[in-house]
Amino acid sequence: MAFFIDSFLSAMRLILGADPELMEIVGLSLRVSLASTLLAGGLGVPLGFLIGFNQFRGKRVVITLLNTLLALPTVVIGLMVYTVIARRGVLGMLNLLYTPNAIIIGQVILILPVITALTIAALSRIDDRYRRTALTLGADHLQTALAVLREARFGIVAAAVAAFGRVISEIGISMMLGGNARGFTRTMTTAMALEYDKGEFVLAVGLGIVLLTISLGMNTLLNYFQGRYAE
Amino acid sequence: MKRLTFWLAVFGVIVFCFPALSPADDHVLTMSTTTSTQASGLLDILLPAFEKETGISVKVIAKGTGAAIRDGMDGNVDIIFVHAKGREEKFVAEGYGTKRYAVMHNDFVILGPEADPAGITGQSDVAAALKTIATQKAMFVSRGDDSGTHTKEQQLWKATGLPLETITQTIVKKGKNREIQFDYPGGLGEWYMSIGQGMGKALTFADEKQAYVMSDRGTYIKYKFGRKEKLGLTVLCEGDDRLANPYGVIPVNPAKYPQVKVKQAEAFAEWLVSPQGQGLIANYRLLGKPLFYPDAIPAAQ
Repeated sequence: MAFFIDSFLSAMRLILGADPELMEIVGLSLRVSLASTLLAGGLGVPLGFLIGFNQFRGKRVVITLLNTLLALPTVVIGLMVYTVIARRGVLGMLNLLYTPNAIIIGQVILILPVITALTIAALSRIDDRYRRTALTLGADHLQTALAVLREARFGIVAAAVAAFGRVISEIGISMMLGGNARGFTRTMTTAMALEYDKGEFVLAVGLGIVLLTISLGMNTLLNYFQGRYAE
Repeated sequence: MKRLTFWLAVFGVIVFCFPALSPADDHVLTMSTTTSTQASGLLDILLPAFEKETGISVKVIAKGTGAAIRDGMDGNVDIIFVHAKGREEKFVAEGYGTKRYAVMHNDFVILGPEADPAGITGQSDVAAALKTIATQKAMFVSRGDDSGTHTKEQQLWKATGLPLETITQTIVKKGKNREIQFDYPGGLGEWYMSIGQGMGKALTFADEKQAYVMSDRGTYIKYKFGRKEKLGLTVLCEGDDRLANPYGVIPVNPAKYPQVKVKQAEAFAEWLVSPQGQGLIANYRLLGKPLFYPDAIPAAQ
């Protein structure tokens, strides 16, 4: 018990004291996670519409594959991207490995299936009459999609929230592709793993509390906006 | 009958899921050690020989020196085998360990790309070499993980006489504030990459970025000559006395943690410094190169 009190007090110290290093780590984590969520959202939502709206042979297979990809281990993604962007890899000349951008690439691959699959699920819950009504009212395909998107917005925001939660808490990709360089690619999770490796458990759990606090803040904000637009 | 089968099945699952419930085995010793002893392959020679002689098998948990010592302080293991002499002596002085046995030493080397952009080739003074790297702002990869190697690296930066920057973190421990310090020569995240990972990762990171790095010789040899993908780094500075790297083994004190197997732990420590253990250490070759030099009986060489 004393251990958790220590951890909690350490976390409070870090947050209230606006510890500059902590701020940097949190800033990087947020920046990277938001970037990958936005990128994956930009790709995954349209992809979800494409799959969800169209009837084609093998649709069920595609959906099953997408659901399987939800279980893609971060280490596998990390390794795949690593071999491509390492110095001896195909894209070696871009010098991407061990940079924040490398983390973003890996994380987009991680959550693209999450957003796509959850978008398809959100669409399947929308009454098909919306789509047909929009079409009968003379809407073209894009307008129809936008009308349905409006209806499905909660499900899609939930997909983005789930995806964000997945990337901000993942460690495999951040460690393998970012390299945990202090002041450059150190994120909250890699910092926690390091404190654990060093035997500084108090600081590791402290950082975990900070991560959850941030997540709570983000979700409260989102909830507020959803409430406003619900009417 | 059916009920009995059900509960037996539940019990079976529980036993299956919690192997820790099985009674402790007197013939198994748990040891925390550093990644470098594990990665060098030395333990693969020592432990089977020890087991053959005494029937005691050693379960190895490889971590950074900081975490290995922490395992000892928490009573998680029976014995520690690490390389940070100052901290080991403190560990014994504070009553966590019974005695430090000086087992062996090897040395650290400064590695860099063959092109050597900072120009430290042939420099035998390690402090001067590091100073050159820092003034040129040539990229340097640091373990940054509070390991024995990281401890040594910080001492060497102090020896350069350069003004160091210090990060101090305050954490609360047992209700009291405690400070953790970290010294570095500046340029954090620009040319000084503190990656907080093991030796192997630090080497591949440095290779990838064609940066300078300090490594123990064993891990270096293993990565340079023992892999298909050869490390594109080479030894640029070696032989300075300050690069010596002594290893010690310490049984955890049963006065602090009665559950530790001190008898077996002491047997292992004594065996390591016996002619037999020392001989095995002296004759160990990694890819044809000697790696460790016995300290208890130097003549074993």
